[in-house]
Amino acid sequence: MKTTQFLFSGFGGQGILFAGKFLAYKGLIEGKQVSWLPSYGPEMRGGTASCSVIVSDEAVGSPIVSKPDVLIAMNLPSLDRFESAVAPGGIIFADSTLIERKVTRTDVKAIYIPATKLASDNGFPTLANMILLGRIFAELGEFDDTNVEAALTKVIPAKHADMKEINLKALRLGAEQ
Amino acid sequence: MSEKVLMKGNEAIAEAAIVAGCRHYFGYPITPQTEIAAYMAKKMPKIGGTFLQAESEIAAINMVYGVSSAGLRVMTSSSSPGVSLKGEGLSYLAGADLPALIVNVQRGGPGLGGIQPSQSDYFQATRGGGHGDYHMIVLAPSSVQEMAELTVKGFELADTYRMTTMILADGTMGQMMEPVALDDLKVNPMPEKPWATTGTGMKRKHNIVNSLFLKPEELEKTNFERYERYAKIQATEARAEEYRMEDAEICLAAFGIAARVSKNAVDEARKMGIKAGLIRPITLWPFPNEVFRKAADHAKAFISVELSMGQMIEDVRLASECRVPVTLCNRAGGMIPTPDQVLDAIVTAAKGGH
Amino acid sequence: MVVFQKPKALTDAPFHYCPGCTHGIIHRLVAEVIDELGIEGKTIGIAPVGCSVMAYDYFNCDMIEAAHGRAPAVATGVKRANPENVVFTYQGDGDLASIGMAETVHSAARNENITVIFINNAIYGMTGGQMAPTSLPGQVTQTSPYGRDVKACGYPIRVCEMLSELEGPEYLERVTVNSVANVRKAKKAIKKAFQNQIDGKGFSLVEVISSCPTNWGMTPQAALKWIDEKMIPYYPLGVYKDRSAKKEEETK
Repeated sequence: MKTTQFLFSGFGGQGILFAGKFLAYKGLIEGKQVSWLPSYGPEMRGGTASCSVIVSDEAVGSPIVSKPDVLIAMNLPSLDRFESAVAPGGIIFADSTLIERKVTRTDVKAIYIPATKLASDNGFPTLANMILLGRIFAELGEFDDTNVEAALTKVIPAKHADMKEINLKALRLGAEQ
Repeated sequence: MSEKVLMKGNEAIAEAAIVAGCRHYFGYPITPQTEIAAYMAKKMPKIGGTFLQAESEIAAINMVYGVSSAGLRVMTSSSSPGVSLKGEGLSYLAGADLPALIVNVQRGGPGLGGIQPSQSDYFQATRGGGHGDYHMIVLAPSSVQEMAELTVKGFELADTYRMTTMILADGTMGQMMEPVALDDLKVNPMPEKPWATTGTGMKRKHNIVNSLFLKPEELEKTNFERYERYAKIQATEARAEEYRMEDAEICLAAFGIAARVSKNAVDEARKMGIKAGLIRPITLWPFPNEVFRKAADHAKAFISVELSMGQMIEDVRLASECRVPVTLCNRAGGMIPTPDQVLDAIVTAAKGGH
Repeated sequence: MVVFQKPKALTDAPFHYCPGCTHGIIHRLVAEVIDELGIEGKTIGIAPVGCSVMAYDYFNCDMIEAAHGRAPAVATGVKRANPENVVFTYQGDGDLASIGMAETVHSAARNENITVIFINNAIYGMTGGQMAPTSLPGQVTQTSPYGRDVKACGYPIRVCEMLSELEGPEYLERVTVNSVANVRKAKKAIKKAFQNQIDGKGFSLVEVISSCPTNWGMTPQAALKWIDEKMIPYYPLGVYKDRSAKKEEETK
């Protein structure tokens, strides 16, 4: 039985909630129990945004992630705030374009991806979130083309279906890092 | 089992209301439940229903009163400060024996309070919310699927007993997404409502929807009759989920989001060899007294886990007839207890401490 | 030969109103209009809180008792639930222009297709004669014992004038019932307010300047005279808005 607790954190507008929703849908498609819980309030519109996602083989208890197994930090305040909360043995994925410092803890694995730079260099500047997710799936051995595509279909509204390809590209680019 | 979709709790309530045949929604924006209004605004015009953003919560609940008088399923939703404003209407709905569904996605109080999750409207909900002798049926969902199921159930109970049902949720339940299977919702047909004010058609004596009784003997009689109905509801409609309670010595009591946190703590305590269990009231009124009474036979301690300064704890004490010590494990003002905090409370209780 | 009889839309319950109160006349006018339009079977009335709180016992159509001031919100619900019903509210000045002002203004702004009968007698009758939002400057009431002091209590609200500034409402008229001629005019206005709803034209409000001999401390005759001398100068009679008539005129 396995439960993985993810915490996404960054600025409003970096696609934190979207990335979390995509991850939750992928879990659902893979037959897991999932929950998604956003921070809500004024920070939705510009400040810090965070979102808890739990993917589990069994029923999800509390949907609040207080000790993440995986922290996705998309800006410095997020790393500062949540580094100490990560469960021992957990992984921190940091966007190294926006976070200059290194993870100080030694009991967690730190992975640095210049996601924001990669995103703008490759012509999809708003998809740093998906680059990070691609890298996470690769790290966790969970990059499955069929499920990733199916989950994208769920989270991208039909009228923006053309966005699917570019998201897939970003995910693949991340996985190659 | 039909296909599951990810939905926010607020959206699940809105969609389930539509499935239940509700075609009239009145609301006023307030965090953290505004998704319900937004969902209704999008959907209702497409299915011939009414979405109306009222000028205030007071107006909204009175529009509900009007539609209910006309015999149709109707709902409004709000969050704590807005529900206080609806208090007047809740009392009038009770006094006129009108069915309606009211949703409270609670936030911290008192006053303007905050916008983060809370359960501090427990007293307001379970004791009626407005003035006078009355109750509402109060349902406490603890998953998004249950947000949907209890919404349907809430409409049915309201119609069966001609009274208001309140869904008492909180910011977490409203905002979180979980897989939901809406196709599995079963809806029973709406009962006949011969009392509704739909026009006499010149075929019957006029119907009057009213809560005014100037003769005290008449008002007393109405109140006694209403409480006979309440007694029947208390005897037949109380519901609770029991989690690992078979041999539980340390018994948690928690609803909604607090119950989710408590389940984690129970599992951890069991791993440590502590016989912990959880009673999760699904109906807060009627309170599942019998379940607690029975649990008091084998429990050494009760712990009420709440997002408030301790409100349900009073009902736990009453239900367990004070035969077992009852302690409080709580956060308030928009904070949520962690599983670790609850586990600590369990360990303390297991050692015989308070 | 029957010269005069009670309208069918009124029940046999005797009115509880004080001698000389004009509520009885206005109830009858509403009931006559319901009879003449043949709509009793599909009419729903909303009673207020105030002297006419028990109007639900007097009308033969289906009736709903609303909380104080909320009748337009309740009427909105009823009308939206069953648009084929004819829905009217019957409200006093405290109910409509004080505690229920928000509901009044917003139902008018939405051009809610309902009929509002507004009884303005410049006083709270049921509670025993307190100052109303429409009490005149200097008017002595239980809660303005030295006369309404506009510096402390503000000025009376002219509801028709105020609502006429809104884009929403279809029809606003102020009438009174202190003479036979005025009663006839009042009935015409009330009938129009119901007909407008039947024709789907929208929010129609008739303000009826009424008397309250008991709380004004006058004989019924003196009260009717006081309407002419004090009330009407402050609350001039007439049509304040009639969108359809205006449109017709423009197309001529």
